[in-house]
Amino acid sequence: MIAQAVSQSGVDKFVNALGSGVALGAIYALLALGFVIIFKATQVVNFAHGAIAALGAYLVSYFAVTINIPGRWMTFAPDWLQWSLSALVAVLLTAVVGMIVERITIRPMIGEPLFAIAMITLGLDLIIRTTTNDLLDNTNAGLGDPFGLEVLTFGALRLDAAQIATIGVTIVVVLLLMWFFRTRTGVAVRATAFDQEAAMAQGISVGKVFAIAWGIGAALAALGGIFSSVGSRGAAGVSPFTALIAFRAFPAIIIGGLDSIAGAVAGGMIVGVLEVMAGTYLGGISWLGTGFSGIVPWLVMMAVLLVKPYGLFGTEEIRRV
Amino acid sequence: MLEIANLEVVYNDVVLVLRGLSLEVREGQIVALLGANGAGKTTTLRAVSGLLDVHEGDITKGTISYNGVEIHDNDASKTVRSGIAQVMEGRRVFAEMTVDDNLRTGATTNKNATSVKDNYDNVMEMFPVLATRRKDTAGYLSGGEQQMLAIGRALMANPTLLILDEPSLGLAPLLVAQIRDVIVDINKQGTSVLLIEQNANMALSIADYGYIMETGKVVMDGDADKLLGDEDVQEFYLGLHTEGGRRKSFRDVKHYKRRKRWLS
Repeated sequence: MIAQAVSQSGVDKFVNALGSGVALGAIYALLALGFVIIFKATQVVNFAHGAIAALGAYLVSYFAVTINIPGRWMTFAPDWLQWSLSALVAVLLTAVVGMIVERITIRPMIGEPLFAIAMITLGLDLIIRTTTNDLLDNTNAGLGDPFGLEVLTFGALRLDAAQIATIGVTIVVVLLLMWFFRTRTGVAVRATAFDQEAAMAQGISVGKVFAIAWGIGAALAALGGIFSSVGSRGAAGVSPFTALIAFRAFPAIIIGGLDSIAGAVAGGMIVGVLEVMAGTYLGGISWLGTGFSGIVPWLVMMAVLLVKPYGLFGTEEIRRV
Repeated sequence: MLEIANLEVVYNDVVLVLRGLSLEVREGQIVALLGANGAGKTTTLRAVSGLLDVHEGDITKGTISYNGVEIHDNDASKTVRSGIAQVMEGRRVFAEMTVDDNLRTGATTNKNATSVKDNYDNVMEMFPVLATRRKDTAGYLSGGEQQMLAIGRALMANPTLLILDEPSLGLAPLLVAQIRDVIVDINKQGTSVLLIEQNANMALSIADYGYIMETGKVVMDGDADKLLGDEDVQEFYLGLHTEGGRRKSFRDVKHYKRRKRWLS
């Protein structure tokens, strides 16, 4: 009887760790997708991704809490709808910021060494992060989200509303991206990713493709930043540390393959589940230290790279033999 | 139709590659542009198609006009929209994308769905082998199939002028003959062709007119038949000229004399 209860509690523990891991993985997947889309289309490793994520989260706080837009014009609407619209405005505005950043700092660098462009994104990270922190007054700001701490139970699995929303939004985003890459514009983005000059020769406007990629990438970063700052996980809201989430998502990007959309999702899930599982099952082993769960994804990333240098789903270069 | 007048192109503000190039492609013609490596053929193509920027090149003198409109300041997208499509040297298909998706990239500037469908059907009819490999990854096609795909992709833009840069490069003689027939077919359907080639025999056998380039300028031009019969062309591009049954050695040729004759 006791053994059965212990075994049952073990299953519950595993199922809940898995569920939380998937929810965390969904946040990493959103961040990884944004990063991958920018890299795929422009070959730019965007070190400002975390700063853009934090900016997106800050903008939700600003619109939903500080100035209550568009909620102040639609008091008849339920809270969740008002907040969702504020989040939508914030995501769109972050996308516009991404496009402006691309137009001013990245596009003039087309054809220049990638190292120089990477350094520019490092500078952008500092500028955007410092500006956001100044706007935050170097403290925390709640996003005013409607998720609260409500927990929903599905058999043994317990997920809070924010986790369910994160998983749901990620699924919608993935479906939208799958559709987008089959459209005329999506095909143009993929062509530009493979060979910019050949794409230009087909009449594809590479500048437009860059702008679209940065817009989508920034919007996805914003979503990642928002969902990392809501519910029980982000109870403190957006803070000067929110930008660091992108570095925690980095193993997901590498494990999945730098240029793979499917890889970004798979990598995000692997890293999220590993991190939570490590925290759940290895957290009690004192000699591993308290931060071991954060190291596990990096160890797995190194192991994957040793076996598959392009990541699990990364495109290997096709060469004629 | 296409007129290039006294064109000069400089790379990196230093290297002068085209030195006063002039040529013309008339409507309905196949025009061959011949020359050895480094003569400036591909630079000519880049100048016409608006791709010089990618290679740090600039037009410093001269004009390019298409149907009476100056296009030398156009970007590549605008050039394609004006009716000029190109098949790049080395095919440059999008290796990781499918055959169908490669063809779709060619239709980027064509917003008319009916026209895109017609062009697609036309390409499939012209290259039946592509029809059987529509969902295959382009990188796994043979060299000849990739060349067909590159030509098909250019045709998806519904061009009035098609520029092909060394389409016979690296292909077996049988495939070269096939590509040559395709070019003739495309021309018969009403598309003018500027054929940039080192394979003078292939190019002049189907061209109406030909230009021969050396070090950035045209040194000889004329009707293709006339060029095919020219002693110098035969000697240096076709390798046909013999003296008493013995092939003439380059060592026996006074280079400056030949240059003088080219320029006369």
